[in-house]
Amino acid sequence: MKRRNERPENPRRQFLVRALGGAGTFLVAGCNRLSSTQWFPKFLAVGERLSSATQHLATPRKSMAQEFSEADLSPRFRSNGTAVPDNPQYQALARNAFADWALEVGGLVEQPTKLTLAQLRHLPSRTQITRHDCVEGWSAIGKWTGVPLHEVLALVRPQPQARYVVFYCADPMEDSEASKYYESVDMEDARHPQTILAYDLNGAALPIANGAPIRVRVERQLGYKMAKYLMRIELVESFAQIRDGKGGYWEDQGYEWYAGI
Amino acid sequence: MPKANASNADGTAACLYYRHRLPVRIMHWINVIALVILLMSGLQIFNAHPALYWGKSSYTGAPPILAMTAKQGRDGGMIGVTTVFGREFDTTGVLGASSANNGQLVRRGFPSWITIPDAQWLAMARRWHLFFAWIFFINGIAYVAYSIASRHLARDLAPTAKDWRSLGQSIKDHLRLRHPTGEAAKEYNILQKLAYLIVIFVLLPLVILMGWAMSPWLDSLFPGWVDVFGGRQAARTIHFITAWALVAFVLIHVFEVIISGLWNNMRSMITGRYRVATSLPSPVQTLAEPAQEVETGHITVEADDETQK
Repeated sequence: MKRRNERPENPRRQFLVRALGGAGTFLVAGCNRLSSTQWFPKFLAVGERLSSATQHLATPRKSMAQEFSEADLSPRFRSNGTAVPDNPQYQALARNAFADWALEVGGLVEQPTKLTLAQLRHLPSRTQITRHDCVEGWSAIGKWTGVPLHEVLALVRPQPQARYVVFYCADPMEDSEASKYYESVDMEDARHPQTILAYDLNGAALPIANGAPIRVRVERQLGYKMAKYLMRIELVESFAQIRDGKGGYWEDQGYEWYAGI
Repeated sequence: MPKANASNADGTAACLYYRHRLPVRIMHWINVIALVILLMSGLQIFNAHPALYWGKSSYTGAPPILAMTAKQGRDGGMIGVTTVFGREFDTTGVLGASSANNGQLVRRGFPSWITIPDAQWLAMARRWHLFFAWIFFINGIAYVAYSIASRHLARDLAPTAKDWRSLGQSIKDHLRLRHPTGEAAKEYNILQKLAYLIVIFVLLPLVILMGWAMSPWLDSLFPGWVDVFGGRQAARTIHFITAWALVAFVLIHVFEVIISGLWNNMRSMITGRYRVATSLPSPVQTLAEPAQEVETGHITVEADDETQK
């Protein structure tokens, strides 16, 4: 079927083809340029706020992450990011099986405290088989045992103005002391029954590759919220003054603070 | 598609027929932009872990069903390897390993010319993806609501008994690249209706649902709902396959748009007006040159103006 309007000299057709080609090139180049501006990524972050608001509206406050059976366990729980913290102080603690390690809990609390691993193991515990979803796209299923964070919070008694729980870790992510991993969650997640300070993985002491002696589990969010090598917990009203002010190491690199999606 | 009272003031055998209403046109182009950005940013997200699995997690003991990796070739150069169901393919230059800006091969799933942003940057890709997912979702809801309320769905998309009877003929016509002209061109044919309905009510909802299935927070809504689709990693695989099914639809759609009159179709989705040759006997009739129509100042009857609705 030959049509007259498909003649190559048709100026309108040429214009259209050029417009489409131009639009394609413009799209890719334009997206790259927009990505490197200050304002556009901030504008795109509207999506994060919308997702957070609607997901919180859509789910009950204490909705539970799916728990699995032993049959679903991943044969080996993948270690990602830091496998051995490049930190002499941490390595000294590890050599002694973390007997000298103690978790500092402070900030906006009535009763700041320090808890050794033995003390944490004596507090009420919870065991859960959950799926760990990495922001990269993979997931692994592991059995975690630990102290529910709300048990620890009950010991230190948060002050009413406390809004976030900040986790400080032993692993430097870059060459500087100031690059140590940190994360934060809000009080709702902190008090969630599945939010635990895990000391066991798959029925054995948490390996160093997976965050020994303590790894935070925040089961309704992505893996980067679940800080490994926990050293200190601080309750704060705002994390704007901490490091780059985004509430976590990866958040400071441009990842969303709300990692429920 | 409003019915046209086709008649011509000056006797030329064609009229401009008001085919697509303004809301449909706007929503169509928003969808084009959103889907292009979602695909390209989605491929960048995929590149952060370029492997697909079937099941509840990535590490079930079974190997991935698809994986893109790079390895060293015999001559020391990098080769891209794509493994599908255990079979390895050399995909150097496109999948697994492709050129960076400086021309060097780098290890990456999809090449930089098809990802947003071009360089490996997961955080930025997620911003694009999760923002345009909202644009796409809101646009989709608005489209379905509008299509029901305006009877676009019932009148233009729902297949009639006559449509079903024409199925065999329509398949033959499509394979021969013949397209309806005249009165018949005013309505979608049965294959067109089916394609649009499958996209609107199967593929697009599925790609959204499988996106939700990857959200750990939404998984907690009804714990276990993701297992209906084979588990979270299966959902990620379905999300990926559905995205490419949509690309396949778009390729066929654009092909059909081009061969059935590129300019006429484009105009109808931009201005709403579609030129229909009237009272012409043969289905392989030549469509008149639209340029002449405008430039010589022929007056065309606009069958159903927006203001008349």
